[in-house]
Amino acid sequence: MAKKMKLTDITNMFSGMDIEALEGVTIEGDIELDLGGLGGGSDPMLAAALGQESAVLAQHFARIAGMFGYPVGIGGPAAAAPAAALAAPKFKDLIPAKFDVANMADWATPIQEVRIGNTSADGGSRGKAVHVGGEKALPFYFDADMPNRNQVTIDVFDMRIGLAKAVKQNYDEVMDSPGEWAKKNVEQFNADMITIHLISTDPLIKDTPAKEAAKTVEEVLQAVDVPIAIGGSGNPQKDPEVLAKAAEVAEGERCLLASASLNLDYAAIAEAALKYDHDVLSWTQLDMNSQKELNRKLMKQCNVPRERIIMDPTTAALGYGLDYAYTNMERIRLAALMGDDELTFPMSSGTTNAWGARESWMVGSPLKEDSDWGPREYRGPIWEIVTGLSLALAGNDLFMMMHPTSVAFLKKATQTLFGSIDEEPVDISNWIAAEV
Amino acid sequence: MKINSPLQAYKYLPQTNCGECGEPTCMAFASKLIDRSFKTADCPPLVKEKKFAKKLAELEGLLAPEIREVIIGVGEKAAKIGGDDVLYRHKLTFFNKTKMFFDVADNMDEAAIVERVKQIADFRKFYVGNYLLLDGIAVRAASGDPAKFAAAVKKVGETTDLPLILCSFDPAVLKAGLEAAKDKNPLLYAANKDNWKEVGELALEYKVPVVVSAINDLDTLKTLAKTFADAGIQDIVLDPGTVPVGKGLKNTFTNFLKIRRAGIDGDVEIAYPILALPFTAWMAGIEDPVNASYWETVMASMFTIRYGDIMILHSMEPYAVLPEMHLVDTIYTDPRTPVAVDGAMYKVGSPTADSPVFFTTNFALTYYTVESDIASNGIDCWLLAVDTDGIGVEAAVAGGQLTADKVKDAFDKSDFDLKKDVNHNTVIIPGLSARLQGDLEDSLSASIKVGPMDSGRIPGWMEKNWPAK
Ligand code: B12
Ligand code: SF4
Repeated sequence: MAKKMKLTDITNMFSGMDIEALEGVTIEGDIELDLGGLGGGSDPMLAAALGQESAVLAQHFARIAGMFGYPVGIGGPAAAAPAAALAAPKFKDLIPAKFDVANMADWATPIQEVRIGNTSADGGSRGKAVHVGGEKALPFYFDADMPNRNQVTIDVFDMRIGLAKAVKQNYDEVMDSPGEWAKKNVEQFNADMITIHLISTDPLIKDTPAKEAAKTVEEVLQAVDVPIAIGGSGNPQKDPEVLAKAAEVAEGERCLLASASLNLDYAAIAEAALKYDHDVLSWTQLDMNSQKELNRKLMKQCNVPRERIIMDPTTAALGYGLDYAYTNMERIRLAALMGDDELTFPMSSGTTNAWGARESWMVGSPLKEDSDWGPREYRGPIWEIVTGLSLALAGNDLFMMMHPTSVAFLKKATQTLFGSIDEEPVDISNWIAAEV
Repeated sequence: MKINSPLQAYKYLPQTNCGECGEPTCMAFASKLIDRSFKTADCPPLVKEKKFAKKLAELEGLLAPEIREVIIGVGEKAAKIGGDDVLYRHKLTFFNKTKMFFDVADNMDEAAIVERVKQIADFRKFYVGNYLLLDGIAVRAASGDPAKFAAAVKKVGETTDLPLILCSFDPAVLKAGLEAAKDKNPLLYAANKDNWKEVGELALEYKVPVVVSAINDLDTLKTLAKTFADAGIQDIVLDPGTVPVGKGLKNTFTNFLKIRRAGIDGDVEIAYPILALPFTAWMAGIEDPVNASYWETVMASMFTIRYGDIMILHSMEPYAVLPEMHLVDTIYTDPRTPVAVDGAMYKVGSPTADSPVFFTTNFALTYYTVESDIASNGIDCWLLAVDTDGIGVEAAVAGGQLTADKVKDAFDKSDFDLKKDVNHNTVIIPGLSARLQGDLEDSLSASIKVGPMDSGRIPGWMEKNWPAK
């Protein structure tokens, strides 16, 4: 099927194909070229299909044209480029590239490390202490190893309270005994710490006197040997007194007093912490500037040393303001790493707030138009997990939590990213054919 | 974006302050370009007049986001991914939500495919005035058989107009799928170091976006992306592999961080959207299906926050899907826009003089939650949105934006007269604003009833308490 054609034919053939890269190649003259063996060279589709061969062919044209002094002006390698644009296959070899990325230079200030709990070495009775903070990068980033893993403290209340059904069924039989409750949290649910909330002290609830509430703290300290956090009722008038008394009976145990805030007598709480050897939780509500202000006051006005301050910048649940809580924490942590020393403290989250979102506790959607929400006993725990995990990624260190499943998953997720969980490697290369 | 100040963008504008864009000056328009609320196309002279063509092209180059934008699918439901300019949402906002694609295997029988696709396409959750929805279907060539795969792709395409990902490493299978999804602009998954030539050719031939895949090997990933880009493929998506557990998962997380940081820092050869595969949770040998599903949601959360632009998932359990879609919404909400509705009196259903009167605040989350709780249950009523500067009930009571005076003001401004427009002179107030009850009785001289704390409980509350005695 040998066929004779002129270079002009070929030029026309290419130009009809709307190929930009060939535009510079104008070959004129009446050189005859034997395209024998290449098939019907005048069929553009076939030429395209010939692929690599066409590229070679074009190179030949260029060389021939060059030989005859035609104004092609392209050498061998350059000629390959226009030809490559011709056919569908544009690939020859991989173009090697090396991946590289720099570490963050402006993360120069480490987060303060804080210890909660005194062991016998420090004059306390805790079996172990908990350390939070010390980061030099955003959590789980490759720029610098994270010195301490995330910690979970599980809530205990000093009275029976209303809880979402999925939470309550885990605690029903211990809810009248804070000591037993605390034990269960540690022995069965793997709590790193316990938070005892003295909510019965609220004048609108039981108005339990501070002195009596302090006995509950003693009970919990005896029941478990993990470090503890002590929370009030949230009543700004009464909390300072309640926390001061609790601090006194827990002297030397280095508990976390929760919380100092701008709307109560934070100085009284700071004073109790210093006098009886405890840490202070500095709590503000979703506002970085208030957080700076309170931290500054605790340090400058109340002389609380840096290694005794943890911040709670407030946790809003997934779908209920997590966008604010997440970004507030991420901004705080970034500002700290870049040197804002009013914010270089570990953070704590009231992750339990996730149970306030209706998706975690309501039987079903109040909206008929929504798809079925499915069983709520599975929705609640994952709502708490996702709320907590998001904040872990934003920089939160310590998690106050409730549901045992949530605790287990949050720990597994954060410790995996921390790098301490080694599992059988999973070969994912054939995921497309996986049986699920 | 290669520029970051309005002044830099201004240089490329016509500078006539003609006002056609709706902004008073070109400088004002320039600042809208920088915050990405306007596009160059919004300046008519710049686009229409030939003499600006060069400037327009240059400006567009400068304004192009650091991470390439890729579109999958066609029409209204097409999924746009990538397009980011920052590493942290507070620095600007993240653009183009992470897209959630759910898998369908080609070895399922036809009825099962149709049922699953419908379940994915129909899933919806109301939130702040809109429905949260799922984004697409990933068809897996589990059979390895081109004909089977083509049949499955065809069936899926007939059942939904959601965008598709075609998943196979076999070019023949992918080609069969592409033939079955002609004109649907599916995402091709995937080119790797073994098949890249053939898959790259398919991407060029069918003009579709394509994933390049290299498990835990960023050099190869970048090599593939660079090779494809050099061949003229622009719509590239990166798959660095998603290992479900242990050190492998930590490495995956690190890879996502590194790729995005490099891309935002200006390494254009790797500045593409990233694909995450929380799906692999199902390969980790987690026996209990609830636990496996939870783990998949955990992985989805990690990669929603840290730079996954598109995900392939498996569990369609509501307890998996609901938190996943909410987290995507959380991370991609624009932190610059106040989420508020106008302070005004709204009608829900067709209220009459007998209908109840409620108030709430103009925070969008609050307003739409309350409004939909009421509307969905067929309650006709008057619903006043009090302007609290876009703050919810509890925070507004605490912060002083929701007071009895404010409520009175809001009634007055909306020309609603409790004595004339309704015949009961009663207002039902949010449970969380109970402390305003006394003050409201005085300022409105009306009967004030304290409703439930959560508006989801309004229907039950109404049964017991309405009509007011
Ligand atoms: C997000 C948030 C913020 C955001 C607010 C964003 C916004 N646009 O509203 C920001 C960061 C701005 C903020 C600031 C403050 N906050 Co704030 N915030 C929250 C948080 C985390 C979530 C609130 C929320 O959005 N809920 C979701 C919406 C939908 O709920 P809602 O509006 O109440 O609506 C529900 C009900 O009220 C009811 N409902 C609504 N309308 C109606 C109508 C009728 C008729 C009925 C029957 C029912 C009903 O149904 C709705 C759906 O469930 C809560 C803590 C929490 N609860 O988790 C704290 C919280 C509300 N904040 C609090 C405080 C103190 C503040 C500040 C004063 C802090 C400070 N010192 O700066 C400021 C005040 C700011 C201001 N007002 O100007 C306190 C309030 C304490 C109190 N009860 O007095 C809370 C409870 C935190 C706490 N535990 O201390 N906050
Ligand atoms: S339309 Fe263009 S030229 Fe006219 S004011 Fe706006 S930016 Fe300037």
